[in-house]
Amino acid sequence: MNDILKINSITKTFPRVIANKNISFSIKKNSVHALLGENGAGKSTLVKILYGLLKPDQGEIYFNGSLLKISSPSEARKKGIGMVFQHFSLFESLTVRENLILGIDEKISYFDLKNKLKDISSRYELPLDLDAPITTLSAGEKQRVEIVRILLQDPQLLIMDEPTSVLTPQEVTNLFKTLDALVKEGCTILYITHKLEEVISLCNEVTIMRNGELIDSCSIKNQTAETLAIKMLGERLGEIKTDYSHLSEKISFKVNNLSAQFNDPFLTDLKEINFDVKEGEIFGIAGVAGNGQSELMDFLTGENTLINSGSIIFNGKNIETFNPKNRRDLSIAFVPENRLGHSAVPELTLSENILLSQFPNNNFSNYGIINHQNIEIYVDQVIKDFNVVTPGSDAKASSLSGGNLQKFVIGREISSNPKLLIISHPTWGIDAGAEFSIRESLINLSKKGTSIIVISQDLDELFEITHRISVIFNGSLSSSHKTRDVSVEKIGLLMGGHTND
Amino acid sequence: MINFIPIIESRSQPSVFINILVPIIAVFLTLLTGSIIFSLMGFDPIFALYTFFISPISNSYGISELLLKASPLALIAIGLAFCFKNNIYNIGAEGQLTMGAIFGGGIGIYFHEVNGFWLLPLMIFGGAIGGAFWGMIPALLKIRFNTNEILTSLMLVYIAALILDYLVVGPWKDPNGYSFPKTRPFNDSGRMPLLFQGLRIHLGLIITLVLIFISWFVFSKTMFGFQLKVSGFSPVAARYAGFNQNIIIYSAFAICGAFAGIAGLGEVSGPIGLLYRDISPNYGFTAIIVAFLGRLHPIGIILAALIIALTYLGAEDAQLFMQIPPAVGFVFQGLVLFYLLGAEVLINYKIVFNKKII
Repeated sequence: MNDILKINSITKTFPRVIANKNISFSIKKNSVHALLGENGAGKSTLVKILYGLLKPDQGEIYFNGSLLKISSPSEARKKGIGMVFQHFSLFESLTVRENLILGIDEKISYFDLKNKLKDISSRYELPLDLDAPITTLSAGEKQRVEIVRILLQDPQLLIMDEPTSVLTPQEVTNLFKTLDALVKEGCTILYITHKLEEVISLCNEVTIMRNGELIDSCSIKNQTAETLAIKMLGERLGEIKTDYSHLSEKISFKVNNLSAQFNDPFLTDLKEINFDVKEGEIFGIAGVAGNGQSELMDFLTGENTLINSGSIIFNGKNIETFNPKNRRDLSIAFVPENRLGHSAVPELTLSENILLSQFPNNNFSNYGIINHQNIEIYVDQVIKDFNVVTPGSDAKASSLSGGNLQKFVIGREISSNPKLLIISHPTWGIDAGAEFSIRESLINLSKKGTSIIVISQDLDELFEITHRISVIFNGSLSSSHKTRDVSVEKIGLLMGGHTND
Repeated sequence: MINFIPIIESRSQPSVFINILVPIIAVFLTLLTGSIIFSLMGFDPIFALYTFFISPISNSYGISELLLKASPLALIAIGLAFCFKNNIYNIGAEGQLTMGAIFGGGIGIYFHEVNGFWLLPLMIFGGAIGGAFWGMIPALLKIRFNTNEILTSLMLVYIAALILDYLVVGPWKDPNGYSFPKTRPFNDSGRMPLLFQGLRIHLGLIITLVLIFISWFVFSKTMFGFQLKVSGFSPVAARYAGFNQNIIIYSAFAICGAFAGIAGLGEVSGPIGLLYRDISPNYGFTAIIVAFLGRLHPIGIILAALIIALTYLGAEDAQLFMQIPPAVGFVFQGLVLFYLLGAEVLINYKIVFNKKII
């Protein structure tokens, strides 16, 4: 009897999709068990069922040998199941201490809490500044608060949902140390990820899911990144190689000494940002989220034009005062980080969403009157060229999966043949198949002479597609490095704020 | 034991059928509740409903009166749709109506001795300008000082009413009017021409229909209509698209104000023929119900305006023939809105009777 959790033929369907199809596997006590799969494979649905957020249509779960019946996360926590979500659920304006107190279900005296916290902090190497407001913390520190909050309830099973997606490489190392310590103390960890390296270095067992189905559940021994990838993806994807041969020396886009102060604790001030992009070049801006990327993006798209000093020059023209529409008129295309509600309106159809970004050669409207025919031709072309899976152009954007909507948005921008494409987190939260096709289309676009700026915190992605790379940290941008001449470790250190040059 | 428990479940796609059905369900439930209320008040519910909803429109005069009331309601409501689609809650149409009546009516009073074909068009234009001007004030306050337009537009209703009050007892008082609080009548060329001899329905109805058609065109075929919709759903996406939010806000308020102003001018230059204190039986407020009951869609608004106009007429008849208090008319308006908002849940959710073993 050394299985802590046994999942028996769980099935869960949503309108139009089967998220989990007859899933059965068990988790050994005192192990780190990986749940591996692409986005959309059904991992999140499964753990939401385990945590009491969703009810399965069929099947049952046995926890410590007895049937588990829960209908809410608080019941799950009482039984000894804790979960750390990918997106933090912390109150940004409250302090660490206040957040921890709010997260506790049962009554506990302040003194007991303090002792317990001290104990947890030292045992698992989780140092915390209890009086710091959450907004001043880095992503790694916020995650630490989340973990401590769960540990306060003495869980036997801890579920971690893609915990490393927002961390620097150094923070990841610390997280793994903590997880090791937890397992030594008798805790079991269900680790959800799509990163193969993490599975191999951290986990003992692995369960692989694809399209809602269980592919395999086995020991990590005898598995390599290769074998896991084949199981996760189903097919082998080609490899992308960056090509420097088509690069020209002509600089098409330049940001000079751009500075901006916001007087807002939730925004990062930008300090003297300088960079330039050549024709046909893919320029990467790496950095951990919250270091000024979204603020910089707003200035690059023209959604914010209130810069304190500096200039933005495109093909010799000062454009820092241009709004997004004016910039599109110069054939500059943008894909901001958020799809829903930013680059696409979920309530509108795909055809209507096409209209959000109009370029001079689109002919979507004449004298303010919409030309529906031209839009239909364009939207059908985007759906076809970029393999957007959708019932049709009259489907609401909200009905598309994240990856499909991102392909649609990127397709919309790329199909206008822009001279400059500014794209933030192009493959954030989407599956490997879509990821590959998006990266490939970016490379093909650059070969046509388009300059591309990619803001991302996914280092694999940046190293795969960019020609040059810079790191943004706390509102400052580092000098740029040729991607082929710089190491991941060096960029990782810069992302963590270690400047040694 | 097997039990059937109703569960509310989200639809994968909003139901078009239900979207049309919702107003019908709301009207049906309103009638049902109304008949219960009538019974409790001691009236025969069937006869009361007949008096309320059938007898007022059983002759051509009744139909003309119905259209006379529905026309301004529909015109204001379609104007409000420009604001509501953009999530701007302009509830001050009543004030914009009053200001339109003052501007347009003022022109009529100034030219009371002049007989000219140009007078009525000029007055209509004046009405539009007056309403638009009054609508632009909350727009300006919202853009410059980020004030809440619900409060400012509402407060401006009372300011407009007091300005009208001052004018009709003060500078614009009819010199031959025995000190009644009213102005001198407009010249006949400043009155809305009647469409049929002997009925009160006038040119205003045609203006309403034309403006509703134009609004439909703007909503469904133009970039401006698209911009309204996008910035209503997501201001962030509108900024990304490069739409100028301030222009959208100003335009929505100006159009809504202009439509309300024309409706106000239609009242004073139509059946009334002069300015006095109570030119509108709260058309500007009732039109809010019309706009939502009609789901901000031109056809829906026309139907909703007819239904709500009927509650006005029905309340008058019920008071006349059955001594039912006229406030019952407002009860019906309230009931319709209440059931409409309640039934709206069904558009995005469905009720499922699940087999469940207990």
